[in-house]
Amino acid sequence: MSERPTSPGQNPRPYGMPLSPHISIYGWPITMAASITHRATGIALAGGTLFLAWWLIAAASGPEAYDIFAAFAAHPVGLFIMFGFVWSLAFHLLNGVRHLAWDVGYGFKVPTARLTAALCYGLSLLIAIAVFAYAWFGHGAGQ
Amino acid sequence: MSKHVASFRTPRGQVEGLGAAHSGTHHFLQQRISAVALVPLAIWFVIAALGLVGANLAEVLVFFAEPVNAILMFAFLFTALYHMSLGLQTIIEDYVHHDGAKLGCLILNRAFMWIVGGSAGFALLRIAL
Repeated sequence: MSERPTSPGQNPRPYGMPLSPHISIYGWPITMAASITHRATGIALAGGTLFLAWWLIAAASGPEAYDIFAAFAAHPVGLFIMFGFVWSLAFHLLNGVRHLAWDVGYGFKVPTARLTAALCYGLSLLIAIAVFAYAWFGHGAGQ
Repeated sequence: MSKHVASFRTPRGQVEGLGAAHSGTHHFLQQRISAVALVPLAIWFVIAALGLVGANLAEVLVFFAEPVNAILMFAFLFTALYHMSLGLQTIIEDYVHHDGAKLGCLILNRAFMWIVGGSAGFALLRIAL
């Protein structure tokens, strides 16, 4: 009846499995962007653990090692890493809660999923900026 | 035959009920449980780190000499690194298809967790004790 191959021996794609459309064929709906950003921020945070480990090791090693760390942290590159870490952490945390809500069955409607994705971007950016503003001005005023 | 077409899975795949990871729900649950634990721990970490902005070494040492801070830092560090290794493992399983390369990446992933966790954990112990 069917012309589809019926066993793996006849065709590398057994049982007429369809080809899944791949990344290049889609536009960039915000839900897809959030999914990709979730993974990207996860990888960035994995890299950030090196910075965190450096901080603790430098603190355990003594004043000279700590001064080197502190100088790097105050350098624009260090500030960029820390801002990236805070934003990644905020986004990954917010979008992670979104995923946990999905896991128990909430938030699947398309408009809801779009709204929560946009909220993750907006709130994570706000949090990162607020944290940095507090660190910048709070530190200056507090000391 | 129609049964096979409907499920998109090979008969062996249906019997085993396992995906590319070759294991079941343990990983999935560990990922979620560590995620839930990390919500308060990550918030604590950011607040703690904010309190230490501009602090000199002595102030950092005083902060971690407080057992509650050292314990929470330990909890954050190890939960985060565990969650990280589970997440990176998923990414490797998704994108690295060659068996040898996949095995190598999975081993490196675990090694990364233990090296970062071991050295940062040791440093934290030295500061805290």
